[in-house]
Amino acid sequence: MNEIAEGFKTAIELIVTLDPEVIEISIRSIIISLSATLFASLIAIPIGSVITFNEFPGKKALVNLIQTLYALPTVLVGLFVFLLISRAGPFGFLRLLFTPEGMVIAQTILILPIMVGLTISALKGVDITILDTLRSLGASQYQFIAGVVREARYAIMAAVVLGFGRAISEVGAAIMIGGNIRGHTRVLTTAISLETSMGNLAMSIALGIILLGIALVINLMLAYVQNR
Amino acid sequence: MKWDSQIVIIALLLAGLLVSGCVSDDTASASRGELRIATTTSLYDTGLLDHLRPAFEDKYNAKLLVVSAGTGKALEYGQRGDVDVMMVHDRAREDTFIADGDGVERRVIAYNYFVIIGPESDPAGIRGTEPEEAFKTLMTEGKAGTPGVAFVSRGDASGTHAKEQAIWKSAGYTYATDVQNSGNWYVEAGSGMGATLVMANEKEAYTLSDIGTFLAYKGDLKLVPIVDSGDILLNVYSTMLINPEKHAGIDTELGKAWINYLISDKVQQEIATFGVAEYGEPLFFAASGKWDVMGVPEAEVTTPVL
Repeated sequence: MNEIAEGFKTAIELIVTLDPEVIEISIRSIIISLSATLFASLIAIPIGSVITFNEFPGKKALVNLIQTLYALPTVLVGLFVFLLISRAGPFGFLRLLFTPEGMVIAQTILILPIMVGLTISALKGVDITILDTLRSLGASQYQFIAGVVREARYAIMAAVVLGFGRAISEVGAAIMIGGNIRGHTRVLTTAISLETSMGNLAMSIALGIILLGIALVINLMLAYVQNR
Repeated sequence: MKWDSQIVIIALLLAGLLVSGCVSDDTASASRGELRIATTTSLYDTGLLDHLRPAFEDKYNAKLLVVSAGTGKALEYGQRGDVDVMMVHDRAREDTFIADGDGVERRVIAYNYFVIIGPESDPAGIRGTEPEEAFKTLMTEGKAGTPGVAFVSRGDASGTHAKEQAIWKSAGYTYATDVQNSGNWYVEAGSGMGATLVMANEKEAYTLSDIGTFLAYKGDLKLVPIVDSGDILLNVYSTMLINPEKHAGIDTELGKAWINYLISDKVQQEIATFGVAEYGEPLFFAASGKWDVMGVPEAEVTTPVL
């Protein structure tokens, strides 16, 4: 109980005094996860649209597979990306291991399935009458998709925010790919893991509060956008 | 109005990308060399590397990227060519590593001793015995279910874990069959030295630790050293360059500079005094002049890497 109270005290001190290391770790966490979310969005939204608006054999199985991958374990993604980008791996020459860029790749892969799947759900949820209206107005395929995506934008945004949430709260892949290098690849989750292993529980709690705070701000932003 | 929200999101994501670009520029600037070091947890958790780092980074305008892992993991990073330099403490596996052509230019930088840590009350009654004898007693008492007798092992293929296995072997046990799975009293933590000490403390159990990490964590621990003497407890830290002939792109220049920096008189002095003010005794002994104590050739302690 004492430790938890102490943790809150430390958290407030760190935030109020703008502790440079904490700020730096927080900003790095946000940037890495935002970048991953951006890349995943650029891939997932078009792929989700293509899957939704095209009929092809095995479509149902594919959607099922994507939904299964919602539960993709982060350490598995970590292992997979590690094997790819380690120097002995096929992309080793890029020297991406132990870099923020490598972490972005891992997080992008991690959140892709959930974002593709939720994009499909979002597009499916568009009112059928709108689809008919678009068709009857003679919309081209591109205009049709653009119209439906616009209708589904709030649901798609929810997918984006969920993807970001999964990315920033993830620790397994972040520690395997980033290596938790101070001032380089240390993010909130890996810092919490390290501080806990070193017995610095107050610091861990403080970082945890900041992580929660970031999630809260992101969700408030989404709510604000959706309520407009 | 319809597009407002989309613009907000897009702007946000673009901002993220832009800032991400700036951060990358900052950390991967071409003008600054980066040296990737995989280190055993003890050299990192004690704060020694962070203490030695700034002077080197200033002098060579370089940035050290330190990945703290157990010796086993560090060796694996080395085998894959993922780091330039390693700092480890497991002579047997280092020899294999060099024999396999993965490592070159080993230099010994420091040493200290392992200690068997445990509850002050010493429920197994091993205080004052030899390390092997202590392990035998722990096994007997642990298997018999004597209250308070438990052992937390690193269980992570680290140098400390290797030493623990060496002590079991020296005590006449086969690790995989006699020790692992010998009952609930034997716990494999699968984590670094600091985390293992924290766990042993929670469980009021025995564990094997390097003295440096133990002293650095002592303030938060109720455990005390129970067995701290015996030849087998010697703990020698060395550093190696990853063989550039086997792995492309190793920063040999900066790597050699780092190794020579570590064995320089100035840094050896720093190592010898590191922690004295804070903990009342040094966490590490300097390797300089102590090759006979450590049983290594003089050249491995003093000869700079060319």
